[in-house]
Amino acid sequence: MKETVLEMRNISKEFPGVKALQNVSFTLREGEIHALMGENGAGKSTLIKVLTGVYSMDSGQICLSGKPIKIKSPQDAQAFGISTVYQEVTLCPNLTVAENMFIGRGKYSFVKWAEMNRKAKMLLDNLGIPAKPAQQLASCSLGVQQMVAIARAVDMDCKALILDEPTSSLDEQEVVKLFSLMRDLRSRGVGIVFVTHFLEQVYEVCDKITVLRSGEFVGEYSVEELPRLDLIAKMMGKELSSLSEISEAASMVHESESDFVYEAKNLSGSNGTKPFDFSIRRGEVNGFTGLLGSGRSESVRTIFGADKALSGDIRVGGKPARIAKPFDAMKARIGYLPEDRKRDGIIADLSVRDNIIMALQVMRGAFRPFSKQEAEDFATEYIELLGIKTASADAPVGSLSGGNQQKVILARWLLTHPDYLILDEPTRGIDIGTKVEIQKLVLRLASEGMAITFISSEIEEMLRVCSRMIVMRDRNVVGELTGSELTQDKIMRTIAGGAANAQA
Amino acid sequence: MPKLRFGKGGQPLTDSNLLLVITVSIFAAMYIISMIAFGGGFLNPQQFLNLFNENASLIVLACGLSIVMVTAGIDISVGGVTALVTVCCAVHLQGQGGNVPASLILALAIGVAFGLIQGLLVAYLDVQPFIITLAGMFLARGAATMVEVNPITVTHAGFAALRKIEIRIPGIGYYAKNGNFINSKIELGVIIALIVLIAVFAMFKWTRFGRNLYAIGGNSQSALMLGINIKRTKFFAYLLCGGLAGLGGFIYLLHTGSGAVTQATGTEMKAIAASIIGGFLLSGGVGNILGTLFGVISLVTINNIVVSMGLKGPWWQGITTGAMLCFFIVLQSIIMSRRNGGKAVRPIWMRKSREIGS
Ligand SMILES: Nc1ncnc2c1ncn2[C@@H]1O[C@H](COP(=O)(O)OP(=O)(O)OP(=O)(O)O)[C@@H](O)[C@H]1O
Ligand SMILES: [Mg+2]
Repeated sequence: MKETVLEMRNISKEFPGVKALQNVSFTLREGEIHALMGENGAGKSTLIKVLTGVYSMDSGQICLSGKPIKIKSPQDAQAFGISTVYQEVTLCPNLTVAENMFIGRGKYSFVKWAEMNRKAKMLLDNLGIPAKPAQQLASCSLGVQQMVAIARAVDMDCKALILDEPTSSLDEQEVVKLFSLMRDLRSRGVGIVFVTHFLEQVYEVCDKITVLRSGEFVGEYSVEELPRLDLIAKMMGKELSSLSEISEAASMVHESESDFVYEAKNLSGSNGTKPFDFSIRRGEVNGFTGLLGSGRSESVRTIFGADKALSGDIRVGGKPARIAKPFDAMKARIGYLPEDRKRDGIIADLSVRDNIIMALQVMRGAFRPFSKQEAEDFATEYIELLGIKTASADAPVGSLSGGNQQKVILARWLLTHPDYLILDEPTRGIDIGTKVEIQKLVLRLASEGMAITFISSEIEEMLRVCSRMIVMRDRNVVGELTGSELTQDKIMRTIAGGAANAQA
Repeated sequence: MPKLRFGKGGQPLTDSNLLLVITVSIFAAMYIISMIAFGGGFLNPQQFLNLFNENASLIVLACGLSIVMVTAGIDISVGGVTALVTVCCAVHLQGQGGNVPASLILALAIGVAFGLIQGLLVAYLDVQPFIITLAGMFLARGAATMVEVNPITVTHAGFAALRKIEIRIPGIGYYAKNGNFINSKIELGVIIALIVLIAVFAMFKWTRFGRNLYAIGGNSQSALMLGINIKRTKFFAYLLCGGLAGLGGFIYLLHTGSGAVTQATGTEMKAIAASIIGGFLLSGGVGNILGTLFGVISLVTINNIVVSMGLKGPWWQGITTGAMLCFFIVLQSIIMSRRNGGKAVRPIWMRKSREIGS
């Protein structure tokens, strides 16, 4: 039996109106990668924050290598050898990359810039992170920021490493890098806690799984004894039979010869998007696919006017239109759920209700506010529809779990009932049960006539909902696949180039 | 907008340094244009040095404010503390057994006491810094009135000797009417102010504490999670600001030679304005202390320009100061938002959280 690194016993934590953790126990042993699983709002992040002293627990005990310890602040946790990457990127945007990797660590009174930058450069190079030590963090993409946070955590000489959904903003190659790093640390005896909503990743790297449900401890299992479907059932607390719906969604077919909702000719953007033609009909669901950085998000940002268009003739509903800024797009009844919701989406201090009705309010104009009742109804409707776990519609969005915050922003755009809705990674960070619900919702909205662009880094998910896929590489559209061409293999080949063009 | 690439190794400038470059360029442009347009006093090096002589205490106060402003805090008690210090020191020096070292210690002690209490309340009890330092401001002026209602001129011999100290700068000066070359001079207060400035610069740049201040201003929640003791750091920021206010008060007395309740009225606002012009945004996390120095002398220069233009009414100073502050804030926000890809035109929830302010 391996030595226990960290043991949390009977932890309870209550927020006003929410029992976030009830008698939860968790054991981390030396040299194991331990998945912490559960639906959105199950209490995973809360457990982690209790462990690292961000929140104080109501009751329970934490032991490090068998000895009871008291952790009052993240500083204490670091001193005990627990290093953490939190779900939200928690770095300082105004400092440099190198500073973010070293600030608040170790014992020093003076900053040795040259040495710090040199060490940072080594770390960045080792992990292949495309950032310079002296660069201001704000100028890095979210994925890079996430990698910087990871680099900081792994560089610390730690006994336990905690990773709360580190992969949600990483692309495939970065995930591969992270996994090899995790395996390396495991072989050196570090215990790793890993939170994710991607089940494949759990089965790829983890040894143990602990499942939480609604703040309660469900059980600890080794990976072999808990196949996928059992894991899902444990997380959702439902019997297997009700899960067959998952594959049902995929079987829907959708074809239409209706009017164009949006057409663009020769559209190019200041964000580097090369000129492309694009159009979408009523009731159609299409997707942009390609590797991260291929320009799929940039394309839709250009369509929405979030980034400036350099050229392009745009028609909305058949009539020429000008979309120079997001507000123009909103007036043309186009909605857009941005990819980078942590930065572009949430206003943490506002209530769930206000966050939901915000976009609709903008479209109506500021001088025609909703009545309290209307706002209440909308909020209640969508909280139910998306299963948003919140104490009430009045709770500030900042108090929701990461996944539930995402649902709030999704609700915001669904509520506007646009003619054309762009969803960039709508299911990122969302648990598997709700993911399926969202996919079904997308298909239902399309069948009611809405045009939808759906972007996801999970190709299976896109195959399930899209009837047409636009493939991008290096900010160029390199192919368009429909009908029987829509297979994972074909998409991969088009992304890689070559074969697909020959057959087209 | 093409990225500015002045930084080391082809890096784009950090926000702090970009704002510094703007402030320095505008000051230089302003001064050079005045030299050409008005000539006269602007060509006299002494007038340039007087910018420092007359504002040494303001520089020190502004340094203190920059320290708290970089943590996204504020301290508006510094003007009141300055007045209190001038009164207390004057009373002490004029009384029996008054001596200079003791008066300096008294000045620092008063400042530190204010900083200590305000720091404790802000950092450990989460009281709004604006409110608590507003209280501090009233308290300081009130206490000053209690100590002595009437202005006191300091005649203490040792202190007067100290006031007379002036440093002649060799090689720089002007020819007086009788043809003699007169070297330009700076006062003792300026030396102290510059030492403070350099010390604060070094602290910001090379100490752990200094960098922690920036981290807290950038995102205090993140700073906490990165393992920074934000309470203690904030506490020391206010403590330092208070201490500098005490020192600033002493320099004030050194310059004017009289202690009075009415001294340094509105100085806290000038210090805030100087910091803002220097590039310390109210939202915290950015700014370079050298900018604060240029902020102070820009504020004064604009007033000199107004006088040179023949606008003698005292209201013009207020108006131009206001206009300049406004100009800088608008310019800064335009440049900062262009830098973030022109996202300022977006509806508020689509902007980067940094633009909204945390
Ligand atoms: N600061 C807070 N104030 C009030 N309630 C909170 C706070 N933080 C979390 N909660 C509540 O505690 C519960 C558990 O949240 P937690 O963030 O731990 O979920 P999670 O398992 O990490 O979910 P996700 O997968 O969405 O990240 C949620 O119902 C959430 O609303
Ligand atoms: Mg979470």
